Amino acid sequence: MNNNGMSVIVRTVTRFVYALIIMFGFYVIMHGHLTPGGGFQGGAVVASAFALLLVAFGSAGLKGRINLHWLQSLEEFGALAFLALAFLGIGTAFFYNLFANSGGFLFGASVPTGSNAGVLAAGGLVPLMNWAVGLKVMTGIAAVVIIMLVGSRKEETE
Amino acid sequence: MKKAILFVAFLFVGAFLLLGVADMRPFGEPQISAMDDYYLVNAQPEIAVNNVVTAVVFDYRGFDTLGEATVLFAAVVGILGLFRKRREDER
Repeated sequence: MNNNGMSVIVRTVTRFVYALIIMFGFYVIMHGHLTPGGGFQGGAVVASAFALLLVAFGSAGLKGRINLHWLQSLEEFGALAFLALAFLGIGTAFFYNLFANSGGFLFGASVPTGSNAGVLAAGGLVPLMNWAVGLKVMTGIAAVVIIMLVGSRKEETE
Repeated sequence: MKKAILFVAFLFVGAFLLLGVADMRPFGEPQISAMDDYYLVNAQPEIAVNNVVTAVVFDYRGFDTLGEATVLFAAVVGILGLFRKRREDER
């Protein structure tokens, strides 16, 4: 794989598709407490969009679009947010779900028992943890993919 | 000779696996299901989450997710350290 990436067909299709992949990944993260999926899965989907960009455009096309330091910082922010959310319920227990069924405020709605379509603004800390873990996974895997494809080469600088 | 030993070992391990399969319970009838029933019944009233898997992963077994996140963090840090560009005076 040279620095120019792949053929113009792949590049054109990538331009159309990668935004859709990122959108689907965010959908999987956002609906993690309603549909199959969650933070890990959605984060991996979003990271695959970054990998597609890298394969299609090559390492040269990625320069200036994605900052590796930002990715690392966001990953650590996700990890710290996950820990902070876990510490929120420390009054009762570590990982106690403080906001579930607390009322309308911040994902506090209740869900009827049995089969139903689900309520998006429910689940308490679970959707927030989904977002934290999703942020952590998407930036972490993207950083790994980018540095393994780009950073190992000697002639590249930054 | 080597092939004969491998074949005997293959038969031995395969017989053990088949023995285990013959002793398996039918699908959908676990021996102990108290924990599963608790999750299935209480995930919606307690956590207000429809996806019981997410309820288990992020609430009942939150420590496990914390460990997974730690594993991912360690992997990312290790790979970043392994592939980082070295300055000339460092080698």
